[in-house]
Amino acid sequence: MNKYLLYPGCSLQRNARSYRDSLVAIQPELAMELEEVDDWNCCGATEYGSVYAVARHALVARNLAHAKAQSNGIPPTVVAPCSACYLNLSKTDHVLRTDKRMASLVNDALQAGGLNYQPGSVGSRHLLDVIYNDVGLEVIRSHVTNPLKGLRVAPYYGCMIVRPDVDDHFSSTEYPLELDELLAALGATVIDFPLKTHCCGGHMTQISPEVAYEMIRRLIAAGDHYRADVMVTLCPMCQLNLDAYQGDMNSHFKTDYHVPVLYFTQLMGLAFGHDPLELGLGKEFVSARDALARIGVELPEEEPVAPKPAVRRKDDPSLPMPTPLDGGAKREEKGS
Amino acid sequence: MNIVSELPPSELPLVMALSFQRRVIQATAGDSRLEMCIQCGTCGGSCPSGPDMEHTPRQLFAMIRAGMEKEVLASNTPFYCVSCYFCMARCPQEVHITDIMYTLKRMSIDGGYVTTKAASDLSQSFIGDVEKYGRSFEFGLATRQFLRHHPRDILKVAPMGLGMLSRGRMDLTPHRIVGIDELQSILNRAKVLDKELLAEVMP
Repeated sequence: MNKYLLYPGCSLQRNARSYRDSLVAIQPELAMELEEVDDWNCCGATEYGSVYAVARHALVARNLAHAKAQSNGIPPTVVAPCSACYLNLSKTDHVLRTDKRMASLVNDALQAGGLNYQPGSVGSRHLLDVIYNDVGLEVIRSHVTNPLKGLRVAPYYGCMIVRPDVDDHFSSTEYPLELDELLAALGATVIDFPLKTHCCGGHMTQISPEVAYEMIRRLIAAGDHYRADVMVTLCPMCQLNLDAYQGDMNSHFKTDYHVPVLYFTQLMGLAFGHDPLELGLGKEFVSARDALARIGVELPEEEPVAPKPAVRRKDDPSLPMPTPLDGGAKREEKGS
Repeated sequence: MNIVSELPPSELPLVMALSFQRRVIQATAGDSRLEMCIQCGTCGGSCPSGPDMEHTPRQLFAMIRAGMEKEVLASNTPFYCVSCYFCMARCPQEVHITDIMYTLKRMSIDGGYVTTKAASDLSQSFIGDVEKYGRSFEFGLATRQFLRHHPRDILKVAPMGLGMLSRGRMDLTPHRIVGIDELQSILNRAKVLDKELLAEVMP
């Protein structure tokens, strides 16, 4: 059994919980031993480097130093399911390996916390890389009990997993095939998706939502155009932007797209015959209920979605108030 | 004959004009290869947020060469970079474009040139959470960002926020790591070193 250190990253704690739950569910079939990095901290996402050069790498190097310390001498490999975490981990190690001055500055900072990191002593890999290359398609195929026959899937890699790919882990920076082949091994109908490594908008939803909506629209419109039942992702940021912001994007462009976005580990779990709830299915904004019904998977009734705030009359003199979570249903009942 | 005296008067001394590009290179970790840019424009053509940038990366690099420090550092271009690394993967000269954008953001924030406040505030706000807790805090980050920069859209995004909560995809309270003191000591020292680095490249 291969042993790895898991760096889950902040998103997998909550917003991408279903990514983590589905990974835990399929761990027995993958025969991977995953031990969490001790008291890991945030990787800095795309924000830390915008303000600090040394601190951004020191932040990541603390995680690498902890990973090294808990590995008992065996060269450890840290696995990150999030593309931004993976990029920051591998990039910091790459920068410290190639820029001696930065390496000494970062170690100077680490020393303030009683730590030290020798560049190159910890390997950093993305979860897809480990599943595709170490576990392998043969093993995956052997565990498929419920092939995803007839499910049209658009493999969506996003950016940071394949670019800049400092350690050459993937087949291409623009047109990789690893996820395509993995999904085919699960029995799905894989779309040759031309926008597979285009950008989901990243943090732009928080800076200039209109710019982000346009990037989200391009991807969702392409998924719709290629008649994808599901878009399959491997990054919490991509999932969040394409799923949670799909409604906002639709109202911005007055469109009506409905493309569910799931994690590849969730589809692996379904193909391996796991219960949908165990895989965190049903937590997406854009329901995958109809799509999964095509392969005979039944999702429970949808959770109530918070209603849109009522349209205010122009002459309403009262202060705007939040709409109750139940949509004011009880109040209406009483009134009638 | 004194050749220099016959050149048209320039606002910037020539040495300063040359040194801005050198300073950007110096402030970028590793070998940025900025000086190798051949102005082909592959970067701008590959950029997903390019149409919304005030200058394409190619234009920006020409401006850096021309020593247009203020214009470069006040441009929204680095702050509209989404870190997709398309430009960097395609650049025929292997210029580390995305890394240079990060350098320009740092120099812009340090010099007080930022015009895209929503971007620099997002970074500062995110960093504030990480320094306090060791982890990011989505609820606090999104709430602060929308109150400060998109207050009129609060009602529009409210359903999404509630949807995150009802689906159990967002926490209302942050998570603190155990070794927060250790992390803070490391970051405090790193930030002192960062200041020294920036002092070398900012006039």
